[in-house]
Amino acid sequence: MFIWLLIMNFSSLCSALLLLFRLAMMSKLELKEDKMLEVQFVGDDDVLNHILDREGGAKLKKERAQLLVNTKKIIKKPEYDLEEDDQEVLKDQNYVEVLGQDIQESLKNGSAADGGNKVYSFQNRKHSEKMAKLASELAKTPRKNVSVNLKNDPEIMINIPQCSKGHSASDKVQVKNNDKSEFLSTAPSGIRKRLIVPRSHSDSESEYSASNSEDDEGVAQEYEEDTNEVILSQKIPSQNRVVSAPVCKGTPSKKMKRDKTSDLVEEYFEAHSSSKVLTSDRTLQKLKRAKLDQQTLRNLLSKVSPSFSAELKQLNQQYEQLFHKWMLQLRLGFNIVLFGLGSKRDLLERFRTTVLQDSIHVVINGFFPGISVKSILNSITEEVLDHMGTFRSVLDQLDWIVNKFKEDSSLELFLLIHNLDSQMLRGDKSQQIIGQLSSLRNIYLIASIDHLNAPLMWDHAKQSLYNWLWYETTTYSPYTEETSYENSLLVKQSGSLPLSSLTHVLRSLTPNARGIFRLLIKYQLDNQDNPSYIGLSFQDFYQQCREAFLVNSDLTLRAQLTEFRDHKLIRTKKGTDGVEYLLIPVDNGTLTDFLEKEEEES
Amino acid sequence: MATSSVSKGCFVFKPNFKKRKISVPVEDYFNKGKNESEDSKLRFETYQLIWQQMKSETEQLQEELNKNLFNSLIEFLQQSYSGFHKNSRDWGCQIKLREIPTAALILDMKHFLQKLVSKLMNCCVDEESKEESIQVTQKKTFCSMDSLSSWYMSVTQKTDPKLPRKKRTSSSQWQSPPVVLILKDLESFTTKVLQDFIIISSQHLHEFPLILIFGIATSPIIIHRLLPHAVSSLLCIELFQSLSCKEHLTTVLDKLLLTTQFPFKLSEKVLQILTNIFLYHDFSIQNFIKGLQLSLLEHFYSQPLSVLCCNLSEAKRRINFLSENQCENIRRLPSFRRHVEKQASEKQVALLTNERFLKEEIQSLLENLHVYHTNYFLVLRCLHQFTSSLPKYPLGRQIRELYCTCLEKNIWDSEEYASALQLLRMLAKDELMTILQKCFKVFKSSSEKQLGSTAKRIEEFLAQFQSLDEAKEEEDTSGLQSKGLQKTDLYHLQKSLLEMKELRRTSKKQTRFEALREKVVNFIDSLVREYLLPPETQPLHEVMYFSAAHTLRAHLNAAPRIALHTALNNPYYYLKNEALKSEEGCIPNVAPDICIAYKLHLECSRLINLVDWSEAFATVVTAAEKMDANSITSEERNEIIHARFIRAVSELELLGFIKPTKQKTDHVARLTWGGC
Repeated sequence: MFIWLLIMNFSSLCSALLLLFRLAMMSKLELKEDKMLEVQFVGDDDVLNHILDREGGAKLKKERAQLLVNTKKIIKKPEYDLEEDDQEVLKDQNYVEVLGQDIQESLKNGSAADGGNKVYSFQNRKHSEKMAKLASELAKTPRKNVSVNLKNDPEIMINIPQCSKGHSASDKVQVKNNDKSEFLSTAPSGIRKRLIVPRSHSDSESEYSASNSEDDEGVAQEYEEDTNEVILSQKIPSQNRVVSAPVCKGTPSKKMKRDKTSDLVEEYFEAHSSSKVLTSDRTLQKLKRAKLDQQTLRNLLSKVSPSFSAELKQLNQQYEQLFHKWMLQLRLGFNIVLFGLGSKRDLLERFRTTVLQDSIHVVINGFFPGISVKSILNSITEEVLDHMGTFRSVLDQLDWIVNKFKEDSSLELFLLIHNLDSQMLRGDKSQQIIGQLSSLRNIYLIASIDHLNAPLMWDHAKQSLYNWLWYETTTYSPYTEETSYENSLLVKQSGSLPLSSLTHVLRSLTPNARGIFRLLIKYQLDNQDNPSYIGLSFQDFYQQCREAFLVNSDLTLRAQLTEFRDHKLIRTKKGTDGVEYLLIPVDNGTLTDFLEKEEEES
Repeated sequence: MATSSVSKGCFVFKPNFKKRKISVPVEDYFNKGKNESEDSKLRFETYQLIWQQMKSETEQLQEELNKNLFNSLIEFLQQSYSGFHKNSRDWGCQIKLREIPTAALILDMKHFLQKLVSKLMNCCVDEESKEESIQVTQKKTFCSMDSLSSWYMSVTQKTDPKLPRKKRTSSSQWQSPPVVLILKDLESFTTKVLQDFIIISSQHLHEFPLILIFGIATSPIIIHRLLPHAVSSLLCIELFQSLSCKEHLTTVLDKLLLTTQFPFKLSEKVLQILTNIFLYHDFSIQNFIKGLQLSLLEHFYSQPLSVLCCNLSEAKRRINFLSENQCENIRRLPSFRRHVEKQASEKQVALLTNERFLKEEIQSLLENLHVYHTNYFLVLRCLHQFTSSLPKYPLGRQIRELYCTCLEKNIWDSEEYASALQLLRMLAKDELMTILQKCFKVFKSSSEKQLGSTAKRIEEFLAQFQSLDEAKEEEDTSGLQSKGLQKTDLYHLQKSLLEMKELRRTSKKQTRFEALREKVVNFIDSLVREYLLPPETQPLHEVMYFSAAHTLRAHLNAAPRIALHTALNNPYYYLKNEALKSEEGCIPNVAPDICIAYKLHLECSRLINLVDWSEAFATVVTAAEKMDANSITSEERNEIIHARFIRAVSELELLGFIKPTKQKTDHVARLTWGGC
C-alpha cells in the first residue's frame, strides 16, 4: 500500500481519487487469496458498479450478465455466513429485465451495441476540428452511411511512430475516444491517460485557442507528444507489472468492465479539467448572412419542402387514433402528458378540434413568454366561471376555483397546455398549482413536454397530483410556434430588433443629440478590439462633444444622456476609479450597420 | 379562433350553452375509435363495476390499517387537551405546561394525513375556519403572538356556548379547545422558522394552548436533526408509527389479486412491473393502485373477450349472448386453440363449427378456470407458509414473490424450489407442526370440495405427529439431530445434509419422524405440481389475465430522454423510410435537420462555435441536396440552409441541449454529457 501513496503524492487530487478506485480494484484482484481484504474491497467495487449501473440505466444485457456473474463469484464464497439480508434487497438484474426492456428494445435498431452507455455516458473530449471532419465525411458520401467514429484498427495506436504525421494524431484521438481502449494495451489505461491530461491541456492552450490552425507545426507537436505518451505509457506497465499481470490473466472480462468504469470517470474529469475551451474564434459577424429576422426566417423556411412527409403523416395518423382513448382516460381520472421529439402543438390542436369542440376548454401556450400561473387562473375565473372579483393572492384564487369545481360536479373543464415545461411554468410553485388544478375530478389536463429534463420538475407529491399517463408522440414537426418568440432564439435574430429601434429613437432626436450618440458609437467601435474597454468616461466624452460643437455645458450633455438612458440606448457603469463610464449595450455589428445606414441616408 | 397570439397565452373556448349540455358520456369514448367494439358497453360497465369494487376494497383496507393509529392519535389529543385544564399548582404540571405536546407521525402513506385533517376538521371546524379568516386579515396589519393569543381568547369566549360537541363525548366540558397545528411535511420546513415558532409559542402556551402534529416521511431522527436540543426539549413528543408501505402492499395484493373475489388477474410481467415501480421508484401504494386501474382499463379496452371477465354466474349468462364475432375471437385465442388440438377430431370439428357446442365448452372451461383459481390461491398460500420461514428464503419472503415465480413458469422446475424442498426435509418437528397448523387453517377457511380432502390429510399428518410425541421411541437421537440442524446456517446445513446422506447410505434405517416428514414434503410437492400450474396452461386464460406489459410500462414508467435520444440518433425508428436506414452510430445526411445538427454538436466539447457548427451543417446539407436537382441560385440556397440551421439550433435550445453563453462570442454551451 505504501507505493500507492507515493504515487498519490504527485498526482492531482481528483486523479488521486480515481487512482484510488483503480487501486482498490487491482489490489482486490491481486489479493484474492486474502479473504479479509477481499471483503473490504468488494464494498468499494460494488459501490462503483452500482453507481455505474444507475447511470447506465439500461446497459447491454450481455454486459450486465457478465457483471452479475462476476459479483456472484465474489459473493458466493461468504454465502454461508447466513447474513440477515432478505432478498428484498433489490436485484438489479431483475429491475432491468422488467423496467428496462423497453429502452433496450428501442435502442436495438440503431445504436444497439451499447445503447445505455451512449445515452448516459460521459462525453469524450473531442478534437476541435472533429465537427468539420464529421461534416465532410457525412457530405462526402451522400446516401451512404458514414460511421461517426471511424473505427480504426486498434493497431494504429501502437503503430503511431510509423504513421504519417497529421493523421496519426487525430486517429489516435479517435481510437482513444472509441471506448475501445480496453483492448489496446495491458497498461492500465487510466494511468496513461491521466498522464496525458495535464500535458495536452497545457499544450492545447497554446495551439488550439486560435483553433482553425491547420498548420503542420501544431500537429507535429502533438504527434511528438503522442509518441511521448506511448513511451511513457509503456514504461508504466513495466513498473506496474506485478499488479497488472494478474489482472489480465485472472478475469479479463472484469478488467474490461473496470476499465470502462474508470474510463468514464476519467473522461468526465478530463473534459472538465481544462478551464479553457478549445474552439475556433470565428464569429458570425464575419459571415455576411448572420442576421435574419423572424419574418425572413419564416419566408426562407417556407421554401423548404419538408422531407419524409408520407412517414410523418403516418406517424401522426397513428397518434390521432389515440384521441378517443385519451378522452376516455382523461374522463376516468388520469391526466395525459405527451413527450417525444417534435412539436406536439399541431397534434393537440387537432385533438382539440376533433373531440373537444363541445366542451369548455382552455388552451395554454406555455411557450408564450408572458404566460404565468396567474394568467391561467385568471382566464379560468374570469372567462370560464364568469367571476368578476379579484383575489388577494394566487392561492386564494386557486382555493376559490377548487371549491367552485367541487361544488358543481356538472362543471367540466379541459386544460390543454403546450409546453408545460416552459421557462415560465416550470417553477415549483406554478407546477404545484397546476398540479392541484389537474387533481380535481372534473378538470382534465392534457399537456406536452419537450425539455430533456422536464420530468425533474415533478417530485412524488406533484406526480401523484398530476396522475400522469405518459404517451410518446414523436412527430418531428418543427417547433415553429414554440421558438418564434424573440427570446427563444439565438443572437442572430436579436440583431435586427435593436437596429430598427435604434433608428426609430434617433430619428426623433435633434441633430445635435444624434451627433452626440454617433460620437459615442464611433468611440466604441474604435475600441472594439480592446478587451479591457469599459466605456467612455464622462469627462472625455464631454471634451469630445465640446470639440465637435455639440454641447456648450456639461449640464446639456447630462440632460441628453438622461434621455438616452431612458430609452435604454446607453448604460453607465462606475469604474474602479469611481468615474462614470458610458457604454452602448448593443453589439458592435449592429452599431456598424447603423452607422452605414445613417451615412447612406444623409 | 386561433390559439397563437403575440399578446396572450391563454385561450378559453366556451361552446354555446345548449351544446354543452349534451356532454358525451364516458362510455362512448370506450367504443369509439376502436374497430372491434364487441360488447363494448357491457365491457365498460364491467370495468366500472370491478374498479369500483376494487377501489372501495382498498379504501376500506386503508381505513382499517389507519384505524388504530388514528384512534391513538385522538386519544393523545384528548389527553394533552385535558392537561391544559388541570389547574393544579404543583410543579410538575407547570413544567409540563412549558412543553408543547407533539405527536410525530411516521407515515408511509401520503393521503393518510389528508384523511386525518378531514376528520379533525369535523371536530373543530368552527375554530379552524375562523382562525384562518382572522389570520388573513391580521397578516396585513401586525402579526404577533400576543395578538394571536388575544384573538384566541376572544374567539373562545365568543364561541364558547355554541361549540360543536358532537364528537367529544368523553370530555364534556370543552372550555378552551387547544389549537391543533398540523405540519404536514416536517422535512420541508425551514428549520429556523420552525425553531423560532416553537420557542415563541412555548412561551405563550398558557394562554394559547397549542398541539403540534408533525407528519414525517422518513425517520424520527429527523426531528433531532431539524431541531436542536434546546428546542426539542420544549416539545413533549409522542411517536406514532404507521404500517410500513411494504406490508401495506402485501395486504393490498392479498385483498385484490390473491383472491377469487375479483376475476381480473395480472400476468407475471405486469405484476413485476407494478411491484418494481413500487419498490424502486416511489413506495407509493397510490401509484400501485393507479397501475392496477390502468391495467384493468387496458384489459377491458383492448380485449373484446374481457366481457367474460366477471363473476362466474354472470359470465355464464353472458356466454349465451355472445355474438358470432366473439365466438370467432374465442376460437382465435391461442390457449383455446391449444385446447382444441388436444381434443378428439370430431370434437374439434364441433368446437370450430358448432356455436352452441362451443358455448357449452366455454362454460365448462370458465368453470374450470374458476376452480383452478380457487385451488391455486389456497395451495399458493399453503406453499408460502412452508417457504416463508426457510433460511435464506429461496422462494422469497413475501407471497408476491412466490406468486410471481409461480405465474412465470412451472415452479417445480426451478432450482430454488428444489433447494426449498431440500430445506423442508430438514425442518424440525415443532416447526413443521406449526406450519401444518397454519396450512390447515388456510384450507379450513375455504369450503371447496376438491381441496376438502387436503385439509383432512393435513389433519391426519398433525395427528400422526402428535402420536409420535406421545409414543416416544428410540428415535430421540435423530430427532435431536434434526432439531439442532435447523438453527444453523446454510453452509452447515449443506454439510450436515451430506453427512446425513452418508449416514443414510450406511444405515438405511429411517426414523419414524423422518419418514413422516418425508411424506409431508412429498404431499406438498404433489399439491404444488397439481395445482400451481402457470395460468398460460389454462385454456381461456386470456379472458382474465392482462398481459400487455409493454403498454403499461410505456404509460407509467416512460423514458422521455430515451425517446428523444432515439428520435435524434435513429430517425429510422420512427420514420420508416429506407433512405434513413443506417448502421449503428451513424446517420444519413438526408435525415431531419435537427438530427444532423444534433449529431454534429455531439462532436464538440463544452462550448460550440456557431460559425463552425453552421458551416459543418451546411456542408452536410448541401451534399444531401445535390442529389435533388434544384434550380435555385446558390446564394438563396445558402440562405435557406442557414435558416434551417437557425431553426435546428433553436429547437435544440428548446429541448435543453444547448444554451446561449457569454463566455465567448457566438458560442453556445452544451448542457449534456455523452450521447443525450
